This record gives sequence, C-alpha cells and structure tokens, in this order.
Amino acid sequence: MQNLANALSWTNLHFLLQGFWVTIEVSVISIILSFIFGLILGVLRYTRVDETTTVISRVVGVIVDILRNLPLLLIIFFSYFGLPVMGIRVDAFQASVIAMVVFESAMIAEVVRSGINSVDPGQMEGARSNGMTYVQAMVHVVMPQALTRMIPALLSQFVSLIKDTSLATIIVLPELLYHAEIIYNQNTNYMIPMYLTVAVMYFIICFVLSTFANYLSKRIKY
Amino acid sequence: MKNARRFFKRAAALLLLLVSGTALAACGNTSASSNPDRVYDHVIQSKTVTWGVKYDTTLFGLKSVKTNKLEGFEIDLARLLTKTIAGKDAKTKFIEVTPQTKIPQLKNNNLDAVLACMTITPERRKSVDFSTPYFKAGTSLLTKTTSSVKSVKDLNKKGKVVIICKGTTAADDIAKQAPKAKIRAYNDYGSCTNALLAGQGDAFATDNGILAGIAAQHKNLHLVGGTIAVEPYGIAVEKGQTKMLNAINKALKTVKADGSYDKLVRKWFGSINGFSVKEAEY
Amino acid sequence: MFNLLSENWSTFLLGFWNTILCSVIALFFSLVIGSGFAILETVPSKFWRGVAKVYVEIFRNIPLLVVTMVFYLVLPTYTPLKLTGFQAGTIGLSIYSSAFIAETVRSGINSVGEGQMEGARSNGMTYWQAMRYVILPQAFKIVIPALGNQFVNLIKNSSILAFVAGFDLMYQGDIVASNTFQTIPSYVLVGIFYLILTLPMSYYMQYLEKKTA
Repeated sequence: MQNLANALSWTNLHFLLQGFWVTIEVSVISIILSFIFGLILGVLRYTRVDETTTVISRVVGVIVDILRNLPLLLIIFFSYFGLPVMGIRVDAFQASVIAMVVFESAMIAEVVRSGINSVDPGQMEGARSNGMTYVQAMVHVVMPQALTRMIPALLSQFVSLIKDTSLATIIVLPELLYHAEIIYNQNTNYMIPMYLTVAVMYFIICFVLSTFANYLSKRIKY
Repeated sequence: MKNARRFFKRAAALLLLLVSGTALAACGNTSASSNPDRVYDHVIQSKTVTWGVKYDTTLFGLKSVKTNKLEGFEIDLARLLTKTIAGKDAKTKFIEVTPQTKIPQLKNNNLDAVLACMTITPERRKSVDFSTPYFKAGTSLLTKTTSSVKSVKDLNKKGKVVIICKGTTAADDIAKQAPKAKIRAYNDYGSCTNALLAGQGDAFATDNGILAGIAAQHKNLHLVGGTIAVEPYGIAVEKGQTKMLNAINKALKTVKADGSYDKLVRKWFGSINGFSVKEAEY
Repeated sequence: MFNLLSENWSTFLLGFWNTILCSVIALFFSLVIGSGFAILETVPSKFWRGVAKVYVEIFRNIPLLVVTMVFYLVLPTYTPLKLTGFQAGTIGLSIYSSAFIAETVRSGINSVGEGQMEGARSNGMTYWQAMRYVILPQAFKIVIPALGNQFVNLIKNSSILAFVAGFDLMYQGDIVASNTFQTIPSYVLVGIFYLILTLPMSYYMQYLEKKTA
C-alpha cells in the first residue's frame, strides 16, 4: 500500500496524466476522422445503383476487406516505418493517427454497411417513389434510421479504438502505457502500481462508453 | 455451396491482386536522389538542429520523470554541437528514437542527425553516413547479481536466452560468440530491462555505457564478462548529406580541441564504477 | 519482394506457424472460458451472474497489451511463475478474447428465449440438462457468424506476441524489416500471410450471415 502511495506521487501522476492526455488526443482525433471516412466508405460500398457506383462499391469493398483483416499493429508499423520510405514524413503522433484512422475507418465502414442493410429496403423504395433522389432518400430517410441502429456497434468500435492506442507504444508514441513504462523503468518497485493505475484509467473510460453502448442497444431494441 | 465457392474464389482473387499490386509498387520504388546541401542549408536557415536522441537510456539520453527534462551525455553533446555548427543563438530540438526507429526516422527527414548510441557498422553505412566516432563503447553483458552467467562463454549453451534490442549490433556479436544461445529481441531498452528483471532471459547484451546506466538504477543487476566487441559510436546523417556531415565532423574536432568534449565525458562517466573515461574518449 | 521471401523463407514460416499455433490454442481456451462465463451470466444465482459480469467487463475494457504484460512481466517479477513470451501472449489473448466470446454467446443464449428453457424444465430436465441439450445448441447456431468475427479478431490480435518476443508472424517480419531495411516489402509479406488466415474466414462468415439472414 505504501508502495502504491509512493508510486502515485504527484510528479508520477502528473507524468501519467500527460500520457493519458496523448491517449485521449489520439483517440478523439481518430474517432472523429474514422467515423467520417467510415461513413463515406460504408455508403459507397453499399450503393450499387448504376455501373459506376457498382465499380466504386467493388473497389471500396476490396480495400475495406483487406484493411479490416490485417492486424492493427501491422498497419501501425506500416505507417511509421513504411510511409517515410515512400517519401511521406510522419512523426509518431501522426503515424499513430493515420494507422488508427485507416484501420478503424474500414471497421466502421462494415458497421455502417450492415446498419444500412438492416433498414427495410421498402423505406428506400417508398422515398424514391415519393419523388426523392437516391441521395436525398439516403440522407433523409435511410441514414437516420441506420445510424440509430448502429450506435451501439459504433460505440463498441470506439472502445476498441481507445484500447488499441496502447499498441502505439511500439513506435514510442508518448501515450499512457508508454509513460507508465518509463516510470517503472526508473523504479522497478512501481511496476504493479503502474499497471494497476493504467488498467484503472483505461477501464474507467472504456467501461463508461461500453455501458452506454449496452444501455442504448437495449433501448433501441424495444 | 455454389455461393461458398464464389466467396473463396473472391478471397483468392483478392490475395492475388494484392500480391501483384505490391510487387509492382515495390519494384517502382526507387528513392529520388536529394540535394547534398539540403539538411545543412535548412539548419543554417532555421537556426535549429533537430537531433534524434534516446529518451530511455540513463547517462546518454533520459527523459527524467521527476523533472520532465532530457538529460545525458548525448543531450549535452547535441546542444554543444548545435551551437558550434549553427551559432550561439541556435536552437536544439530533440525527437526520441529507438534502435529500431532511428534509421527510418532519419530517412523520413524528421531528423537532421541521429546522436543516439549508434555504432558505426559497414551494414549501416549502406543506408546512412557516419561522422568520426565520438564515443568508444563495447558490447557487454548485464545479468542479475544472482545469475551464474559470468561471461559470454557461459551463454554458449543450449537453453540460454540472451535479450537484445531490435536494430542493435549485439545480435551479431552474440550470434558469433555464443551461437548456441537463443536470442529474444525487444523494441526498446526499457522492454529489454523489464524482460531481464522478469527472468525472461539470462543476460541482456548491448553497449556497456547503456548497461552501466541501467545497472546504476537497478541494484540487483550488474555488468559481467567485460566487453565482447568494440562499438564506436558515430553521428548519423542521411546518406549523401555531405555538407551536414562535414559540418558535424568539423564541430566535433573543435569541441575535442577546446576541451569541452572531455569535460562532458568526465561529467557523465567520470564517477561510474569500472568505467574508464580514457578508453571511451576519441 | 520475392527475393526477400525466398531469402527469409524459414523466418517467415516460423512466424506463420507460431501465429497459427497461438491462434488455435487461444481459440480453444477462449471458447471454453468464454462459453463458461456466458452460461454463468445467465444462471438464476445473482452472485454467480455478478462474478461473470465483473470478469467480462474487466477484460473487455482493458487493452490486450496490458493484460499480456501482466502475464509477461508482472507475474514473473513477483511470483515464481515463469512464462515465455509465447505462453504469456497466448494466455493473455485467451483471457482477453474470452470476454468478447462470453458476450457473444450470452446474447445467443438470451435470444433463444425463455420458453425453451421452461419447456425443457417442465419435461423433467434439470437446469443443466436443458442448458446442455436444448439452449446451447440453438444459441451456438445463432451466434456462429458473430463468433467467426471474434475468431478473425483473435487471429489479428495474436500479433500482440510481437511485444513479448513470441516469435509470431509480426515479430519475425519486424526482425526481417529491421535487418534488411526492406521495410515495405517485409510488412507487405507479413500482411499477405495474415490475409491468408483471415480473409477466407471472414468471407465465409459473411456468407453464413447472408445465408442465415
């Protein structure tokens, strides 16, 4: 217990919180961007009204399927070590965000697509026969219903995203887990307290989000 | 069943597409030759030198949790060289590198130079240019004080595990001198130390200066067996950046001549047990 | 790239093999543990439901890397238990995945409907008999596509072994990348190896989903 108190001295806690802040930053930016891209990709993949959109849908489908079947860790390595070789400059923060967005957009695109699929096709047909264009029907009729249904799945995806930021320790992103490692590296006695604290910090933020997701999914069902 | 076959066909087609696409991309990937003055000109223009340094290595480059500042021999040397190269009012910027990330980061143009316990080796010379050496390190072994391993010979047995850091030269040294040992590699020195402390290996092999710093922090670890290979450290710049390389070499010569280099070595290593400043200096 | 593959063939193959081995072991244990906790989450006893809930929530909301590091670093430092990277990674992965599988299986059990349980009980079966012969077979049938997706996730997550020197595909590919400086080709090869495992599975699950829908 004394150990825990020492480990959580103000300087250490401050250092941990700095890392926590980076975790939050990366998470929030990645959540926003991957939601936008995921939405676009999901709709593009779903839409097959004429030849052009069918081709686009196929291409998007291939890209999404490849990305979401690769380990995130590989995509992180790729964006940190690979992009520079192709002449694109990135630092650890940018590389982490790029990797998270690329991977999570693909995951979210799948959520979006199955969300749209779950809406009765009659809705689209009805809206179209009332004179709406495809885009109008999508935006005003289908998407609102689809989005409500996919909220729980989206939130769980965001929870994974937050947890997965910890993988970026491998490219020395100064996030929560990495800062914890630095601290117990300078004093091994702090190893258990650090892992406990880090686990609690992740748990709080993720638990709140996933409980919210559960609550919503129950409400939406009935 | 027809449907299932279609799905597998699609999967196979996808894989094929990916293989051929990336093979093409890999072939077409030749880096453009860059202007040999670019880094130097940028340094002089912006009056800033961005160094790739260690954040996790006591004595060389360590981000202290207590002060939240970087401290170490290489940090001080970087500051000294910056002023010598770009003038008294020049700024020094630091970016963290690990053994594995230092060369990619340099190619990436995020860094002007790497000053991070980097041993000059022929293989590395293929991808970066090195300055004259600034520190003479040697690969050594760190073990628990309770360990029976006393030298590299003790490691040359089946079942012995040696911990190394990915991207360091220690792997080659161990492969040569203790070929029977199994090697486990980690991404940074912190992970290596933790693995050793957790008993995930019998010894941790890397440069003695780095190990001395770790041993100073952990009372239950110590260096054994002397040095098993000489490892001269050099400052690395992107291949072909000759103007920057010349500037660094000139600056190194200046600080060695005026005694400020010697002062730095003594400041950081003078009081370390079993460490000879004379042997480390160039 | 093909040169790289042929020169480092054995390195990649060892990684591929270890990834498969780790995935299969973790798949088995996470399925067993996960199903156990799923059943526990639906038993009448409030206490056991609570225990199961706590387990599931803890491991669902903590990063896999933290779970793995506890087995790899914390346990060996403070207890006599020594685990290799492969063992620690596989145990961590099993426990982490079991929480997700528990959630999936539980939703399957819940969707079978209480009438089934009541019917089976009124026909003289005990609670466990009803669970074993009536509820679980139906529940698993419902959740097979969702389980499949969890398995794909599990295979991808096995790359956690790279952090603990578990000699898996990611670790071996990383070694090749940092030794040869052929970064992109090395990672592309690693990616292709992963896709060989994950893509067919993921397409098959899509197919099953469509078939059952």
